[in-house]
Formats: sequence, C-alpha cells, structure tokens
Amino acid sequence: MLTIVSNALRGSASKNGTRLVVSARSYADFTPQVSFDIKRCDVHRLDQGPPDKTVLTREQGLQYYRTMQVMRRMELKADQLYKQKIIRGFCHLYDGQEACAVGIEAGIKPDDHLITAYRAHGYTYTRGVPVKEILAELTGRKGGVAKGKGGSMHMYAKHFYGGNGIVGAQVPLGAGVALACKYHGNSQVCVALYGDGAANQGQIFESYNMAALWKLPCIFICENNKYGMGTSVERASANTDYYKRGDFIPGIRVDGMDVLCVREATKFAADYCRSGKGPILMELQTYRYHGHSMSDPGSPVLLYGCCSFFLVRGTNPWIKLKSVS
Amino acid sequence: MAALRCFLRSGKNAVAAGLRREIHQTAPASLQVTVRDALNQAMDEELERDDRVFLLGEEVAQYDGAYKVSRGLWKKYGDKRIIDTPITEMGFAGIAVGSAMAGLRPICEFMTFNFSMQAIDQVINSAAKTYYMSAGLQSVPIVFRGPNGASAGVAAQHSQCFAAWYGHCPGLKVVSPWNSEDARGLLKSAIRDDNPVVFLENELMYGVPFELSEEAQSKDFTVPIGKAKIERQGNHITLVSHSRMVGHCLDAAAVLAKEGIECEVINLRTIRPMDIETIEASVIKTNHLVTVEGGWPQFGVGAEICARIMEGPAFNYLDAPAVRVTGVDIPMPYAKILEDHSVPQIKDIMFSVKKTLNV
Repeated sequence: MLTIVSNALRGSASKNGTRLVVSARSYADFTPQVSFDIKRCDVHRLDQGPPDKTVLTREQGLQYYRTMQVMRRMELKADQLYKQKIIRGFCHLYDGQEACAVGIEAGIKPDDHLITAYRAHGYTYTRGVPVKEILAELTGRKGGVAKGKGGSMHMYAKHFYGGNGIVGAQVPLGAGVALACKYHGNSQVCVALYGDGAANQGQIFESYNMAALWKLPCIFICENNKYGMGTSVERASANTDYYKRGDFIPGIRVDGMDVLCVREATKFAADYCRSGKGPILMELQTYRYHGHSMSDPGSPVLLYGCCSFFLVRGTNPWIKLKSVS
Repeated sequence: MAALRCFLRSGKNAVAAGLRREIHQTAPASLQVTVRDALNQAMDEELERDDRVFLLGEEVAQYDGAYKVSRGLWKKYGDKRIIDTPITEMGFAGIAVGSAMAGLRPICEFMTFNFSMQAIDQVINSAAKTYYMSAGLQSVPIVFRGPNGASAGVAAQHSQCFAAWYGHCPGLKVVSPWNSEDARGLLKSAIRDDNPVVFLENELMYGVPFELSEEAQSKDFTVPIGKAKIERQGNHITLVSHSRMVGHCLDAAAVLAKEGIECEVINLRTIRPMDIETIEASVIKTNHLVTVEGGWPQFGVGAEICARIMEGPAFNYLDAPAVRVTGVDIPMPYAKILEDHSVPQIKDIMFSVKKTLNV
C-alpha cells in the first residue's frame, strides 16, 4: 500500500518539476523508534542521575539531525561572511556544540525560558528565530531579528533573553527569570547557560546562593568547551569539576556531544526544578571547532587542543547521531 | 404628619445646605508628610494596584528598611512581594533585571547608591541598553531606588552622588526628587514606567516634613518624568538645582530677597531626560544662571546644563557666564567642619549669585 503511495508521489512530484527523494524501500520498512544506551552521568549531591537508556523516534531523530545540520551550515556560512567583511565586529561561532542546543531544546517545553551568553546563534535558532532573520541581523539589515541594532550578541525571541555580551551577567538574569516563573506559579523553568570561562565569575556564585535560598526553578548549565577564550580550563580554574561548583546545588556532568544524553539530562533537570526542589546544575562537556570568535586567529593552543580532542572524543556531534539512526 | 415630615426633611436639607456652604469655605485638607512616608505610601499603593510590582533589597522586609522607607510593607504583603536579599548587589540587581525581562515590575533597592557600583554592569548593560539592542522586543520595567549623595559623617566611600554617572547613559531615566510631593509622584511614575528608572533619593531628606495637597494625596497622583518645576518665581537670576540643594536654593533666595534680589528657583526633578526648555525660558527671562548640585564638578549635572544653554537660544540672553556651584572636587572627608565645607552651603549659593549679578 505504502509502495503504491510513494510511487504515486514520485510521479506527481516529477511532473511539478520538484525533486523528491524517495527511497526504494517503502516507509513500512523503517522502524518507528529505537532505544539506545547512553553514557551514565556523574552526579553531585544526587542519589540518582538521568536514565542511561532512552528511546528515539524516527521523527525526533530526523528533526534533531536536521536542526543540527542547519545550525552547522549557518555557522559555517557566518564564518565565510565574516571573512568577506560582510559581518563585522564580534562573531562567536557555535559549530561543534550543536548537540547541546538541540538536546536542551528537546528536554524543555516551548514555554520554558532560556538565556545564554554571546555564543548564541544556535540557541537563537532553536528558540524559534528563522535562519534568514539571524543572518540578516548578523549582516546588519533591518530584516534582522533586532532590526540590525543588536548584532551577533543581542538577538531575542519569546522566552529567549539573548544573547548577552558581558561574561557571566546572564546568569543572575536567568535566576531572575526563574524568580518570575516561581512568582507566577506557572511551573515553567529557566535555563541559564554559561561557559567554563564564565564559571569563575562571582555573580554566578551569588546567583547560586539566591537560587538555592529561594528555591528558584533555574537550571544552571555550564557548557564546558575546555577553553575560556584562549585559556584552557586547567589554567583558569582551581576546580575544573564545574558540575560540583554549585556546592549545595546538585549537579550532573553530561556528554555534551551526544544529543540524547543532553536531552535526557535536561529532562531530568527540568523535572527536578518543576517539582519545587530548587535549582540544579549541569555541566555539558563539549567542544567548539572555531576559535573563541572570528577575531581569534586559531592559535597553536587551539590546534593542539583540536588534536587531543579527536584522540579523546573522536566524533562530531551530528555524525554520532547519524551513525546511530 | 406628612407635612411635618416634609418640613423636617427640608429642614435637614436646609441645615445640610448650610453646612455644605460652610465646608466649601474651608481650605482643602492638606497633610504634613515626611519624604520617607511619602515614599512608603507610594510603594504601598503601587504594590496594591499591580500584582506584578514587588520590592527586593537588603533589609527591606523584616528590618522594615535600612532607613525605614519600607516600614510595614512586609507585614502587609509578605515574603513573596517584599524580599530580603543577601549582601550581593551584582547578583540581586541581575535577578531583579531578569525578573523584569520576564514580565514582573521590580523595585530594586540599593542601600545607598554607592553600592550600586558593584551592580552597575547590570544597571547599564542589562537594563538600560536592552530595549534599544532588541529593537523594542525586550523591555525592562524596573526601578532602582535608594539614597544618593552626601549624608552626615559617613565619609568618602558612602557619600558619592551618582546623578551624573547614571544621567550619562541613554536608555535610563534618572529622577531626583526633593520634597514629599516629588518623592510620591515621581516614584509612582517610575513604577508605572516601562523603562528602567534610577530613582535618587536623599537620606538627609527622609525625615523632613512637607505639605502634601489633597490632590497629591490621591492614589493616582503622578508627577511626570522629564518635567522640571519652578518652585519660586523671580526676575533677576535663575537657580537650577535638584534634590536637597533645592531647599538650600530656596533658603538662599529668601535671604537674597531681603536685599532686593529675586531669584527664580527651578527644581529639576528629572536628571534624564532633562527639561532644558524650562531652564531656557527662565534664563531668557532673567539673563543670569547659577546651577547648584551636591555632586562633583567635572562632567556633572551643572556642566551639562551650561553646555546645553550654550547650544540653545538662551545663550544670547545671558548677561554673564553661567556659574556652577558644586560639591568640592575631593573624596568626602569625615571631620564635620571639613564635610560641611565640602558641599554647597547657603552662603556659597549667595556668593555665586552676587558675583554673577556683579553686586
């Protein structure tokens, strides 16, 4: 039955001149879902962490893959445009970390809130801004999401509070959004992201304190891509176990290159917050394929890091997903 | 019987009419209200009017406020709306700004504006600039309030005036009330404003009572932000000031009036956006200008007024250069005699007036 339908579709598509790729196999031969074992997360002050098994449906797999692909190509295009001097100023690229953005978005609800720092193009996309508006903003056009007035670091959407240029400042803001969620009693959560470089900021510890004191529904997420600008984590932090830095706040360390791992951890964290237990911390171990920003010449430090990364980690986030789907 | 009832009724009406006539002849009831109570009542009424308004800061709840400005509010509204914070300005100012981004209307109290320097990044980069950077997508309806400027004997780190610092920044509204009517009306306007507002109070004014007219006591009384008020009419010279110094200007004007010099005293009320039109109209009338402020002279409020007067039509009407009376350009000393001489006194204002008028 399905074979007939797919043949008919193929026929009509070629009449209209559109290209329709239809597999030789019929849709009935594809499995609707598969279950996977995922890496167990290290936990801090928790009896139990996220599950180590998860189910991925076909639709989800295709959607995550497509989203990560679009993000990757958007960032690589931004790289090109910057080198052509069509994008000016700051341009912090997110390629390599796609699994984090897609996994987090899959683990929260659309009416939850999210705030991040300046490496924000990926999140701007997952939070609903079309690629066209992102690239228009980067190139300073009035069709941009902030009409060209914001630029790379200042893009906003519903329940997405940017895009923030000052390192660490977004974390108290995120805790404040969580305060508003608790104030309204709407069981929404706020995801407040920051990097390994920002993790030493005093205002982040101030936020931890108040979030824990007032039991704010805030998920603090540290995207540890091993480098704060050009400084490796060992040279910046006395304690590189970022998931433990919340001290009295429970923490999870997650493989940030595996979208399913990120998704399950985010779901776990969101449930934790929604149940009124207060804030929780996640560390996503990930890696960026560009320098800190487009002004970063791609120093020898980064090259060295790249080599060690490939030795240790081995795969590109979406290749990992592609291989399992 | 019915006639008797009618008569009694009409008699009562006649008496009531008589009483009514009496009442119309007396003045409307005005009240002596301190600046502290005016601020307290304004916050109380705005908390009642809008569920999204809440107050956070150090000691605002259970302590009733470091300067008792929020007395009674925690008892009335509870933990959800009056929040005591730890001593972490950068953190709680950021939390306040974030909550404003998410739709609440916070009043963020700094115990004094000296401590706002710890949080100034959140005030400027997170609050002030966001509406513009987002091309209008993200508004930040927050009020930062607290005492500003010199106090009594608190020395250098606790006596700075931030009017010029915050007045410098686009995206912020900055107001500086003097009396109870200013305090009440401007605070209500600030809370109802969808923009970030820096509300500069003065600790030495908290306990000073002023008359509040019946109109000013109404729950919907607001003073518009961006409009100065002429506190005293005069023909010979214009004195422009804000906050506590307005009182000093009025006192100086009273003494000078005895010598035949009539000063026009303008209370700025708002530092940003500044009502330069009122000042220009006054200078065009009086031909002389003296600005008076408690803050330091360099890049101050007076400097801005002088620059704008030069750029506008009023320059052609000046008969003498405009003069600034300011705090002395030093960190505030502790010893009383030094402190007294580090802020403008009435004699300093009078001296500048006479020098400008060449008398």
